[in-house]
Amino acid sequence: MDAATAILLTIVTAATPLLLAALGELVTERSGVLNLGVEGMMVMGAVAGFGAGLLSGNPYLGILAAILAGMAMALLFGFLTLTLVTNQVATGLSLTLLGLGLSGLLGESFVGEPGVRLPKWLGIDILIPVSFILVAAVSYVLFRTKIGLVIRAVGDSHASAHALGYRVILVRYACVLFGGACSGLAGGYLSLAYTPQWVENMTAGRGWIALALVVFSSWLPWRVVVGAYLFGAVYILAYTVQTFALGIPSQLLLSLPYIATILALVLISASQRLTRSNAPACLGQPFVPDR
Amino acid sequence: MKKLMMSAAVLAVALGMSAASASAQEKLKACWLYVGAIGDFGWTYQHNQGRLAVEKELGDKVQTVFVENVPEADSERAIERLARDGCAIIFTTSFGFMEPTLKVAKKFPDVKFEHATGFKTAPNVTTYNAKFHEGRYVIGQIAAKMSKSGVAGYIVSVPIPEVVAGINAFMLGAQSVNPDFKVKIVWINSWYDPGKEADAAKVLFSQGADIMVQHTDSTAPLQVAEEQGKHGFGQASDMIKFAPKAQYTAIVDNWAPYYVRRVKDVLDGTWKSQSSWDGMAEGTVHMSPLTNLPDDVVKMATETEDAIKSGKLHPFTGPITKQDGSTIGEAGKPLGDGDILGMNWFVKGVDDKLPQ
Repeated sequence: MDAATAILLTIVTAATPLLLAALGELVTERSGVLNLGVEGMMVMGAVAGFGAGLLSGNPYLGILAAILAGMAMALLFGFLTLTLVTNQVATGLSLTLLGLGLSGLLGESFVGEPGVRLPKWLGIDILIPVSFILVAAVSYVLFRTKIGLVIRAVGDSHASAHALGYRVILVRYACVLFGGACSGLAGGYLSLAYTPQWVENMTAGRGWIALALVVFSSWLPWRVVVGAYLFGAVYILAYTVQTFALGIPSQLLLSLPYIATILALVLISASQRLTRSNAPACLGQPFVPDR
Repeated sequence: MKKLMMSAAVLAVALGMSAASASAQEKLKACWLYVGAIGDFGWTYQHNQGRLAVEKELGDKVQTVFVENVPEADSERAIERLARDGCAIIFTTSFGFMEPTLKVAKKFPDVKFEHATGFKTAPNVTTYNAKFHEGRYVIGQIAAKMSKSGVAGYIVSVPIPEVVAGINAFMLGAQSVNPDFKVKIVWINSWYDPGKEADAAKVLFSQGADIMVQHTDSTAPLQVAEEQGKHGFGQASDMIKFAPKAQYTAIVDNWAPYYVRRVKDVLDGTWKSQSSWDGMAEGTVHMSPLTNLPDDVVKMATETEDAIKSGKLHPFTGPITKQDGSTIGEAGKPLGDGDILGMNWFVKGVDDKLPQ
């Protein structure tokens, strides 16, 4: 493998967990729910995936466990925000804190254990093609099917959707659960393929980057791919440039991905065409059906 | 976010303490403040092993308490909390805890403070450190012997003197075997982030390095080496489980003897402020078993280790040529401790520029 291919593969590997988590959050937000607990769902996915893989010896079971753990966290979030109508921002933040703490507790005995690794297919991690299939599927469902239309309707005007007879809360539960599954999968990717091990807090803020990517993509699935790969590229480039010893301060290089993210967000927010047309109008608003 | 977690951690400790204090009134309270998670399997893990050793040795006379994941910028509150809650001796185990430790120590003259890897002492503040660079000299020699490309990758966190001294000792060791040995350095600005460490390792391997050295705490770089059929060295703990084919050896920190000794000193009333700097000779730094190496390299490494232990060899023996061409140190004499503890220059042969 030559240097360029190796770097390219590193970029793709770094971008995939961001892509998966952001894609799930995109669907959640499209239905009008803001779940800031991506980091917490991801880290729970990572610990559950690692644990299940280690105990069963089967990495695919690990991936399944990761997805289920993410969904369990999402279900909790859904119950609190949709059924009990708590504040979405506060609940999402506490979901992250809960996930980080709980995963540390559950994972205590996994520390220092080499786990199982997800096998590679044709030299690449299987979840990389999976992430592309998922993007295509989400894009298709959201914009080419009736289900997608209903999801977007619920996100844009829950009152109208409700008046038309659609079950707003049910649709939102489904989208929140999908978001949890994707975040859990992203976490499982971290602990079963990216760095096959469990360490506390191993998501290291990737959930927050995923959240930014959703805004960056202006809620369009294929733009999430662009955003994730761009972020991955700038981030890996920061390391590559360092090895050339050009004397550029490493702190500056390391902050480039974040500077790039902020710049992109500023540029996107400046364009009304990009934000207004796609942002779900009911994002973050609770829905209590009239009786 | 970290702040929130911190407060939660401090609160948990406070609760735990108040519950325990009733039953353990007469026991001496020894406390530890960690920058990372005890489950990092690296730096903090080893400190916690030291704490557990204290509990095992002196358990009937000592009660131990620890707070993990304390951000350096927000450590003052955590240290003060511990001092207020009756800790007799507090170990703060990260370089960045230095100023906060001194500040709190001023307010609590009766509490003993021990700060790891710093350089400022006070009547009730001791510093302790380990001569990690002794181990880095040994792995430098091994790397130069084993590398086919003549280039090592080196993953580092932040440019503090200990890290710089580590790079320099590694290069001096490598140059003693192969004067043209090169090192490529990547700073990741974090002590502990498996994902970043793995990415840095992948980038370094793709840029021609075939041996990985790390001054960060996770096992991720070694796992990458294992996957790619390359090699590397463990950091802080023996990481052979994660890289049975890739790890040559690891520089292991063993704080247990020091912690037991110092807590005993408090119990006996003989604790004094000092600067302790132990190395291979005292067993604070040791090399894990040499594996995946041919016999002649094992022999060379063992001899170097023995020479350092006996004091015959000092990694920083003058004169040393700096990156800018100037020299430091007298011929045949080791550099002074101050020169090493405050090291802010690279030796000749390191291409990287020191971030200022």
